[in-house]
Amino acid sequence: MSSETKILKKSSVQKLIEILASANIRLMAPQKKGAALIFAETKSASEISYDHIQTDLSAKSVLFPQTEEILSYSYAGRDVNMKEREAESFPELVLFGARPCESSAIGLLNAVFTWDTQDVFFKTRLAKTTVITIGCKKFDEYCFCTSVGCSPADKRFSDIFMTPVSDEEFYVESLTKKGDDLIKRAAAVFTMANKTIDVEKELAKVPVLFDIDALNKKLPDLFNRVEIWKEQSLRCLGCGACAYACPACACFDIQDESGKEGGKRLRCWDSCGFSTFTLHTSGHNPRHIQAERWRQRVMHKFSYFKDRLKSIACVGCGRCSRNCPVDMNLSEHLKSLMEA
Amino acid sequence: MEKLINIARGLLESGKVKTIIGYVEGPTGRIRAAFIRKPEECSKLLINQNCIQNLAVYLLKPEIREFGRPAVIANIATQRSVLQLAQECQIADGEIDVIGFYAGNTIVEFKNFTEIEQRLKEVKLELTSDDAKLIEKINAMDTKQKWQFWVDEFSRCIKCYACRSSCPMCYCSRCLCDCNQPQILSAPSHLLGNLEWHITRAMHLAGRCVACGDCGRACPVGIPLHILTMKIAEDVLKNFGKRAGTTLVKEYALSSFKNDDREDFIK
Amino acid sequence: MSDFEPKIIAFVCNWCTYTGADLTGTSRIKYASNVRILRFPCTGRIDFMYIVKAFAQGADGVIVSGCHPGDCHYTSGNFHARRRWIVFKSFMDFLGIETERVHFAWVSAAEGAKWAETVNSVNQKIRELGPYKSFKNLVNVGVS
Repeated sequence: MSSETKILKKSSVQKLIEILASANIRLMAPQKKGAALIFAETKSASEISYDHIQTDLSAKSVLFPQTEEILSYSYAGRDVNMKEREAESFPELVLFGARPCESSAIGLLNAVFTWDTQDVFFKTRLAKTTVITIGCKKFDEYCFCTSVGCSPADKRFSDIFMTPVSDEEFYVESLTKKGDDLIKRAAAVFTMANKTIDVEKELAKVPVLFDIDALNKKLPDLFNRVEIWKEQSLRCLGCGACAYACPACACFDIQDESGKEGGKRLRCWDSCGFSTFTLHTSGHNPRHIQAERWRQRVMHKFSYFKDRLKSIACVGCGRCSRNCPVDMNLSEHLKSLMEA
Repeated sequence: MEKLINIARGLLESGKVKTIIGYVEGPTGRIRAAFIRKPEECSKLLINQNCIQNLAVYLLKPEIREFGRPAVIANIATQRSVLQLAQECQIADGEIDVIGFYAGNTIVEFKNFTEIEQRLKEVKLELTSDDAKLIEKINAMDTKQKWQFWVDEFSRCIKCYACRSSCPMCYCSRCLCDCNQPQILSAPSHLLGNLEWHITRAMHLAGRCVACGDCGRACPVGIPLHILTMKIAEDVLKNFGKRAGTTLVKEYALSSFKNDDREDFIK
Repeated sequence: MSDFEPKIIAFVCNWCTYTGADLTGTSRIKYASNVRILRFPCTGRIDFMYIVKAFAQGADGVIVSGCHPGDCHYTSGNFHARRRWIVFKSFMDFLGIETERVHFAWVSAAEGAKWAETVNSVNQKIRELGPYKSFKNLVNVGVS
């Protein structure tokens, strides 16, 4: 946690990519791919997008990919030989340009992946990733970070926090040893900052839309009010867009895919919104209507997660609402729960 | 708008209809589906050029049907979906009310599905110029370029199934992608699995897709999926002279045949 | 590429093409041996996904063959198949799948010679085209 602050020019990012590449470290940054803005491996700084409010999919895919191999196996006669993943098979990464909301969501993913079984896949990826967050100068009507304890200046789980001070320059603060190491490794691209900046003043002020503590206290009483959950979820189609775009959602499925000679065990994302999410082999489905699945989503994020892991499992990034094909607007639904 | 609101209110007040499936504006200005059951709430209903979601997707949902007889405010694509669903024996003529709307705020209360069939004969059903242009652009590519185009697009697919969920014709309660005995379509989103899923889905919609474009609009990563199903729809029209959702005659393009169907590609 | 042995998968109907292939054998007609024949009751049963899955699992070429129109053992299965193939072939073209590697044919139970000719010509074609790398290159793409 160096107390020295630096400046990074956008024009130096190409050099940063090259320095990292020479050490086999990949840069993951927001890029326009087709019609979407997503985090992808970036070899050329000109591909990086800076001007957006949010990417379509969050940076969660860098630490918790949609599809990852957790082990492989091969058949030898009647035996099966299993091969675990080696730590070296996980790449060294710099996550560049995450927003404060999705960086602080790393803490929520971490809480899930370390509360009981230590998830070696997430932990290894996190250990090998340096997180560079860029604070937000603007926001839109879908953002509600400040209502759930985050903000455009939230520095949790960032190794380096960058504040745009002009169109071309970032004010750089290193927050952890990983951040210091990166700055040391790429010293050539960071220049001294000649003054201290009050980061909060530079960044957006997002109005608080509801009282999350009051909502959290109220939710258990709303559990049995099925008519509320039904009303809110009437237009929900039960797809997985919200859960997959969310930087804090961590549900997953395990799938074995085999060929003649062996196969792989894969972990992939899953969503509590799918009708088959809780379908038992017997045919019984404890959450057999969309209203119960919608209730689960809200209760999990704003009630159960707080009870068990001491945090609200939402960072107010608004991706769920922007991506929803039928305009299920989470902050609107939460406000209406407050009024119920 | 007044006319629509009055029709809707009248239907609810008379008790003939228990829920109006229509469009209202959400707090961010986006248009969204609404299920109006109280006559006084009909004033929220609206129609404009942004009312493009195909509301037929709600016609088979038990949560909506348990309210009772619905009336659906139907743009052209929704009307076609209603006819196609009727053709596939999913809804019966007389089970729902359909209030059609067209450009210029023309509103038509259909007495039965046959009237929809008649009315659609007078409507241009060609693809929008954007969609037609994209299909043309892809057609003009060579095989390698086409492959690369789709590989690039499907590399972003995250298997969220927003495409399937938003499609009124994807009503299978046991979708092939949920089948794991055997696992024909993969759940993880590797590129090969994504391709297989989208190929399967597009072909399962052959002759059934009404070209509403909701699948492409629903995709959170902007893959132009609607182009796949629309391209097949155009091929079905060109080869078999059929468009989905234009007739109540039960004759699905891929389960009927003519003796002189072309076979120039079969040796 | 003299060491390239094409992998060709043939999806055929039991009553015509499979029987025709038997005739090829009993007539002692020699033909290329690198075709794996998969027997279906009828071409109407051949799902379009078999073609895709064959390529995905390493095939370099695919043959789909059945009874001539009018001769289907189940009366109209091949008519339905024909319609399906019209749509699917055009769709494969649109996707950039190399449809020169997919050969559709009508081979009857009496056409032992035609079966041999079909297999040999497809074999020759695939040798010229080389291995179907496009699909093979997709394996493991997207798995982190």
